[in-house]
Formats: sequence, C-alpha cells, structure tokens
Amino acid sequence: MKRRTVLAGIGAGLAMPHIRPAEAATVVGVTKTEIKIGHTIPYSGNASSYGVIGKSHSAYFKMINDQGGINGRKVNFISLDDAYNPAKTVEQVRRLVEQDKVALLFNVLGTPTNSAIHRYVNQRKVPHLFLSTGADKWANPKDFPWTIGWQPSYHTEGQIYARYIQQAKPGAKAALIYQNDDFGKDYLNGLKDALKDDFNKVFIKVLTYEATDATIDSQVVSLKESGADTLVSACIPKFSAQLIRKAYDIGWKPLHCMSNVSASVGATINPAGPEKAVGVISSQYLKDHSDPDWKNDAGMNEWRAFMAKYIPEGDINDAGYVFAYGAVQSMVQTLKQCGDDLSRENIMKQAANLKHEVGVLLPGISVSTGPTDFHPIKQMQLTRWTGTTWERFGGVLASS
Amino acid sequence: MTQSNSRFLLILFVVAAAVVPLVFASGYQLFQLTLVVAYALSVLGKNLVTGYGGQVSLGQGAFYAVGAYTAAILMEHFNVPYWATLPVAAVVTGMVGLALGLPALRLGGLYLALVTFAMAVAVPQLLKYKLFENWTGGVQGIVLNKPDAPFGLPLDPDQWVYLFTLSVGVVLFVAATNLVRSRIGLALMAIRDQPLAAEAMGVELSRYKTLTFGFGALFTGVGGALGAIAVGFVSPDSFSIALSLTLFVGMVIGGASSISGAVYGALFIVFVPNLAEEISKAIPGAIFGVILILFMFFAPGGIASLLSAQMRRFRAAR
Repeated sequence: MKRRTVLAGIGAGLAMPHIRPAEAATVVGVTKTEIKIGHTIPYSGNASSYGVIGKSHSAYFKMINDQGGINGRKVNFISLDDAYNPAKTVEQVRRLVEQDKVALLFNVLGTPTNSAIHRYVNQRKVPHLFLSTGADKWANPKDFPWTIGWQPSYHTEGQIYARYIQQAKPGAKAALIYQNDDFGKDYLNGLKDALKDDFNKVFIKVLTYEATDATIDSQVVSLKESGADTLVSACIPKFSAQLIRKAYDIGWKPLHCMSNVSASVGATINPAGPEKAVGVISSQYLKDHSDPDWKNDAGMNEWRAFMAKYIPEGDINDAGYVFAYGAVQSMVQTLKQCGDDLSRENIMKQAANLKHEVGVLLPGISVSTGPTDFHPIKQMQLTRWTGTTWERFGGVLASS
Repeated sequence: MTQSNSRFLLILFVVAAAVVPLVFASGYQLFQLTLVVAYALSVLGKNLVTGYGGQVSLGQGAFYAVGAYTAAILMEHFNVPYWATLPVAAVVTGMVGLALGLPALRLGGLYLALVTFAMAVAVPQLLKYKLFENWTGGVQGIVLNKPDAPFGLPLDPDQWVYLFTLSVGVVLFVAATNLVRSRIGLALMAIRDQPLAAEAMGVELSRYKTLTFGFGALFTGVGGALGAIAVGFVSPDSFSIALSLTLFVGMVIGGASSISGAVYGALFIVFVPNLAEEISKAIPGAIFGVILILFMFFAPGGIASLLSAQMRRFRAAR
C-alpha cells in the first residue's frame, strides 16, 4: 500500500464521525416477514395465577398472525416462565435478548422481576415496553429511557384520590395509612405531589404498617382518635379487610378511599363484611365483564369474541384477560406506527408517541404518551361499594 | 486407571471447563454456567450437611440468601470490591450455620427438617423487615454492578465473572474433597451410619454435628454470594422457599453423598426447568415432575452413583 493511500485512509477515518448520522439505528430481531417479541411471566410458582396474561398475549398474537401480521410481518412471541423469581427473570431475559435476539420486551410482569432487569435492558438499549406492574419508577425517561409502564401507577391513583378529596370534601381532615414499602410509598408520594404544600394541612395523621404485621387494629384506633373525617388507605387486601371491619366496629365512618389493589370482593369486601364496607371508594380503569353496563358494549364484545375464538377454555371472569387485551393494543399500535423502521430507537420513539383508544378501558380513558410522558394511562374512574356491587360514579379523573 | 491418571483427567476437565465456554459460549450461556457453579457450591454445602452428615436440612436456601445479601450489602453500602465480599460471606454464613448447628444437636431427623424449613420460610420476610430495610433495600432489593475484568484482561464481564466464579468453585471443591477425606469427614460418616458406635469410638457427636452445619452453611453462602454477583440483583423474592427445595432436588438428583454429585445436581436444576418449558409451556411443572421421577427411577442413588457404577462396569469389562 502506498503511503499516500494510507494517509488518505487515515484522513477518511478521521472525517468519518462527521459524516455519520448522529444516531446509528439498531435493528435486531426483525426480518422482512417477522418480528420477535420477548416476554416473561410466572407460569409456575406462587404467582402463577398471573400466567393467564401471558396466555392471552400468545393467543392475541396468533390472531394477529392469522390476519396477516402487522405491516406484513408476523409476530414471533416468545413467552418464558420466570416463576416470579428475579434471578430467573434475569436468566430468561438474557436468553431472550442475547440468544433469541428479540427486538423488544413486552409486558414483563412484576415489580421485583422488572427491577432485576431494569439496568440491564437500559444498558443494552432494548425497548422494555408496557410493563405489567403499577410501580411508579418505570416512568423515568431521563435515567431509564428504554423502560415504560402501562397501567395507572399507584402514584397516579394517589393523585386521583387527592383531587377527589379536594373536590368532594373541601376542608377535609384526612388520615393516611400505607404499607411501608414501594407500593405504599407510591401512594404517599402521589398524594404529596397532588396537594403540594397543602399536604401537611389536609393530612393530620399518617401511619404505616409492615406487610409482616399480624394486624393493624391499633393503627385504626389511633387514626380515629386523630379526629380525621377522611381516610386514604394503601393496603393489601388482608389489611384492608381488617381496616374496614375495625373502623366499623369502633364506630368510625370516614370518607374512605381505598387502593384498587384491595378492590377485590372476594379478598377484601367479603372477609370484612359487605355491609361494613358500604360507602368505601376505590377506582377502576378497565371495564369489568360482570358489570351490566358493558353487557352490549362494543369494546367488551370485541374482547368476548376474541376469548370465545382463541381462549375458549379461559375463565371469562378472570380480569387478567381484560388487562392483557388492553395492554397488547398499545404494543400493536406501537408496531403499526413504526411502519418499516423497526430499529430499537424507532420502536422506543413510537412507544413514547402514542395516542389511541382501547375498547376495554372505561369510557373517557385512553392511552397517551410523549417523549417526557411515560405514564400511558393517567386516568381512572371512582367506584363506590353499595353493599352488593361496585358502582362507578362521577367522571373520569386524571392525575394531572 | 491409576490415581495420578484420574487426577490428570480431572485437571484436564477443569481446564476445559474454563477455556471451552470462554471461546464458544455466548454471554447468556456463560451466565447460565456461572449459575451452575454457584448452585453447585450451594448443593455441595447441602451434601455435607445431609449426604455426609445425615442431618436433613430443608433450609439451605436461607444460607444462600444470607451469603447473597452479605455480598450485596458490602458492595452497595461499603464499596467493598466484589472479590473481597466472598471471605466475609463465608465467615458470616459459617457463623450463622454454627449458631443454627447448636439446636441441630438437640433435634434430629424430621424435627430438624422442620426447623430448617421454618428458617427458609422466615428469611424472605425478615429481609423486608423495617429494621433492616436501610441495609437490605426492603422489597426493592439491591441492584449491583457487574464486575469488569481486572488488569486489562481482554474479557467481557460475563467471561470474567464465569472465570472468577469457576476458580472459586474449584478451590472450594478441592477443599471439600479434602474435608470429607480428613478425620472430620470420616467422623461425620461414622455418625451418619452408626451414631452409637461412633460415640463409643470417641467421636464427639455434638462437636461434629455443629461443625458440619457450619461448613455446609459456608459453602452454600459463598455460592449465594457468587450467584448475587452474577445476577446483579438481590431481593426477598429471589430467595423464597422454592430455592431451598430446588437445592434439595439438586442434592438428591446429583447424589447426596458425593462431591461431584453437586455439579450434576446444579446442572440439573439450571437446565432441566428450561428443558421442561421447551417441551410444554402449558405444564412445565408437570413435565419437570415427570423428569424428576424418571431420574429417581433410573438413577436412584443420584447421577453420581449411576456414573460411578457405569465406570466400575467399564473397568471390570476391561
């Protein structure tokens, strides 16, 4: 090689960075006919009841493929079992990313499991989309630009209760009890963000309990003695049931906003006593199959038709199927918007550029994201326990 | 085959285990192999307690968790380099094991199994407990950084962690082999097989039972620390009761009173669940169960005893 050629080569090498596009696009897991999507969920172990969500996704992508795929590409959906064990999630997600070479991860379930892979997927720049967990930390586009949640976060729900209390009961003297962990603290922070400086004026008593406690009866007594007339509770079902029963038994009747984690009739209301829970307020964002209002609802009928054709053996009363059907719409919408540019950069860009309706969300609630808005669902509707059922009331409330 | 021959083969095997994956395995496969080594050490700890010591422990997962958290807390809160956390994890879990070995003296058989089981059930909740939360990170757990290769070695983190874990594993396996061949090991087996006779021979039952528990915990704890470094995350949900049972399965499948059995057991518990899932997504648990039963049917003494029986037959045929 002549020296001149070498020099020219070096010159070209030096010039290269200037003529290269600012961001190199990474395309992984995509061919002309297929896109690979990775997913983990507990199909076995204690949390295996969540497995229906993965089952539903597999069935949905089968339907999509039967209809010809998205923009002409079939979806190769690889869903693996992690038994809700974070160490196993790391192993399975590494398999998906490094061996199966998926384009993206969709709807990975669980807070500890997603925490275990949070840093890894962001270092690898793998889109980590529409997670199946209500923690608020997934909405942090500055530090974790490759991770985005889907369902309303506990933080959002806290903000919504704050807004409702301000509207419905100005001058309320409120009390808060929350579980002393991520889940409970998200509510505390939501209330604080909504009320700002007023938080200390509105909330005259704030107590916590540990998930390992046997009972929270003594906390309920102190909450009552504080003179509060309003209560927000961020508890798991076992403690919500205790709270409702104890408050009733000692004759305390605050305006009670209860985390929708505890909105289950079987796990909370019945153990507490349905009559003792009358008036308790919670919130929803998905339509409930058993609600007579949605008997002939177009969105729910679409879902029912899907269930009948693709998951005929599934329990139609399992709300996990409705949740899965909603979340997968955002995934499909993102891929549709991507068109033919299925680089990881563009997938993430489109996931953070959504505005669409979902048939199984309550009327007035829709999905919207933006480059700095990683909270796809920010609205909920309040519900009140009538003694026999949850009754929705008021309009849709938004966190901001 | 002579002794020096088999030693040579063993060394060859270890060198191959180090070199072959570095050249051929992907990052993900290296990660799996790293987990195999970590689990092998933990199963080894269990083999010492149960296989050699004859004491049924269902709570080995608790020692794994203590080792993992010791490493994680030292790295996160005290900026201790990852390699320096191992001796500390060994000492801490060894001490915990010794402390728990004391009741092991009084309780035998099923009662000990139950007590250790209770320990494994309690640990995840204790890790979430408020008093320790500043250290353990509560339910959030602790996220760890993956160690880079030192001295500018041309290895990526996965390759380095594998090599590092394998080296520690080899050292501890050699140590365990020497341990069971020593006076202590002989005393242990004597206690397991004929406690009365052993006592009459002057073997101090209490001392050796406690020691076993301590050593068993130590090996399992170091395995836990290595596992935490490889996974890069610890949380209470990582160490549920299922982990203890998994280690138990690894011990029985591999071969309880055998050092090499721990390696087969670890290979089994890392790869067979994935295999079961490949076969059927709907019922991976049932498939795993069937495989487990088949193994018990065809290799009742564990893989290690099956292999050594084959080896004997092979030699006899020559």
